[in-house]
Amino acid sequence: MGFLPFLWPRFNVILWLFLLVLGMSGKGLRIVVLIKQVPDIEKVRFDVETGRIDRSSAPAETNPFDLHALEAAVQLKEKLGGSITVISMGPRQAESSLRDALARGADRAILLTDKRLAGADTIATSRALAAAIRKLGGFDLILCGEKTVDGDTGQVGPEVAEVLDIPHVAYVCEIREVTDDKITVVSDMGDKYLYEVKLPALLTVTRELNTPRLPTLRDVLKARKKQIEIWDADALAQYEDPDRFGIKGSKTIVMKVVIPGVEHRKGIIFRGEDAAEKLLEVLKEGGFVKP
Amino acid sequence: MTSGILVYAETSDSRIHPVSFELLGKAREIAEKLGLEVWSVIIGFDVKDRAKELIYYGADKVYVYDSEHLKDFNVLTYKDILVDLVKEIDPEIFLIGATPLGRSLAPRVAAALDTGLTADCTDLRVDEEGNLIQIRPAFTGNILAHIKTTSKPIMSTIRYKVMPMPKRDESRKGEIVIKNPPEKIDTRIKSLGRISKRTVNIADAEVIVSGGRGLKNKEDLKMLEELAKLLGGVLGVSRPLVDEGWIAKEHQVGFSGNTVKPKLYIACGISGSPQHLAGMRDSQIIVAINIDPSAPIFRHADYGVVGDLYEVVPKLISMIKRIKGVSGS
Repeated sequence: MGFLPFLWPRFNVILWLFLLVLGMSGKGLRIVVLIKQVPDIEKVRFDVETGRIDRSSAPAETNPFDLHALEAAVQLKEKLGGSITVISMGPRQAESSLRDALARGADRAILLTDKRLAGADTIATSRALAAAIRKLGGFDLILCGEKTVDGDTGQVGPEVAEVLDIPHVAYVCEIREVTDDKITVVSDMGDKYLYEVKLPALLTVTRELNTPRLPTLRDVLKARKKQIEIWDADALAQYEDPDRFGIKGSKTIVMKVVIPGVEHRKGIIFRGEDAAEKLLEVLKEGGFVKP
Repeated sequence: MTSGILVYAETSDSRIHPVSFELLGKAREIAEKLGLEVWSVIIGFDVKDRAKELIYYGADKVYVYDSEHLKDFNVLTYKDILVDLVKEIDPEIFLIGATPLGRSLAPRVAAALDTGLTADCTDLRVDEEGNLIQIRPAFTGNILAHIKTTSKPIMSTIRYKVMPMPKRDESRKGEIVIKNPPEKIDTRIKSLGRISKRTVNIADAEVIVSGGRGLKNKEDLKMLEELAKLLGGVLGVSRPLVDEGWIAKEHQVGFSGNTVKPKLYIACGISGSPQHLAGMRDSQIIVAINIDPSAPIFRHADYGVVGDLYEVVPKLISMIKRIKGVSGS
């Protein structure tokens, strides 16, 4: 009898702390955004003779599609609370893309960088990213762009989902509703389909989903002070066999790269008054103008 | 037992997507070179009767999963079916159309099978040593990579309309294998149905008249659409006009829109960014109308008109109308 009143307040504190922790994981969304640094495709030069891509010719930027994934994450956090972790894999210079993501509203940034991770095809990339996500401990939603402007594959998102054994929806152009355990989205597969997906889940997003906001100067300055965590292959070894990363873990090999020169086109130019007439003759000859 | 090349037959509304027939044609060609059979798999509802079509287009054997609960595409359930089938029949090569559905489904299958997957191929070849070489554009269409897969099955997604459509041959014989569909679907994904159907299918158009930043007003798209209709085609646009909200994305040609390969492509007021070229560079005849003689589009055009599209296009329209005997301006 005597010790109960003494214990109760303490028990209450413990109970309260427990509820707080529970509330934190139950309320907000724990969002992971996957981003890639790519060369600015407008400026990159291709050597037709040697088949080389001169990456140094172009400044690096965040894959444009990924900015829409990040914007979606920030909007969800603004509405529902939670946290945003951005993960990228690449050389050290990819830090600048992660720093930009911090300025745009991410809370935590992780760069997977290691020689043993380099040269990876999509499956080896996906295994490394999935291992990093597992290492985070828990998540509700993973967002990434529908594809990158350099690799063009669009495969890493669905492959990460498969490795993590969670559902995914590709080409998401609208997020309709998010509840504790599910998300309702519109997928643009030519025709548009509505899907309800159980969390945790992965979405690959299209450019129509939103318009990414630019970070303010204050955001940029604040992001400068934040730490970017660097993880190597050893840091992921507990979650995936490092032999499945990088070149070693890749199942596809690029045998050669061909840079098509300017295609063989006729290049006939019409100018002046009768240009339209001359073009009409071409269209008629091609059988495109039928009486 | 002879091994085979497996081709995924994509369906929607119980109809087979034409890319599946194109893949059967290519699979047939490779199968002859490598001494393999051509197999196909079809998943859906009311698709049983369609299986023979796949034989007419080149399949030796068709595996059919037909059930009402397979009616809507469920990426997890479809993946489970394909993974089990591949483990059972052990194909050398597995081809899937690089449609939005195929590009969502194939990576999951490849990851589950722990095999290599090459995305969005535009050609497949067999080299002297009998290796399958997969050719695909990358860097927004600026390069072509030749890729070899070291695991089995070799998996690739192949673009629509890059392989010729094979001849349908009703005299072809093959085997249809009805498989037991899974009893349950994966409920982590629930399809709530199609909410909108696209109104134009620009990828199938034979003539496309496209507008870009050279247009001054949204209303001016009507002028290009009129020209398109007179030529029996459809209206296309470059990305900026979609970003401006002038028109729906289904009209967009380019890297983040649609890849097209019409017989005639007329680019009006389009400068020719790498992103736009990636979507139309394989068109048969390319015509460019642009006021700026240094616009990159002219380097990719068979015929170019250096001039104001606001003069050239109306003139073309009225001349074509006269030929067609259409009254009006």
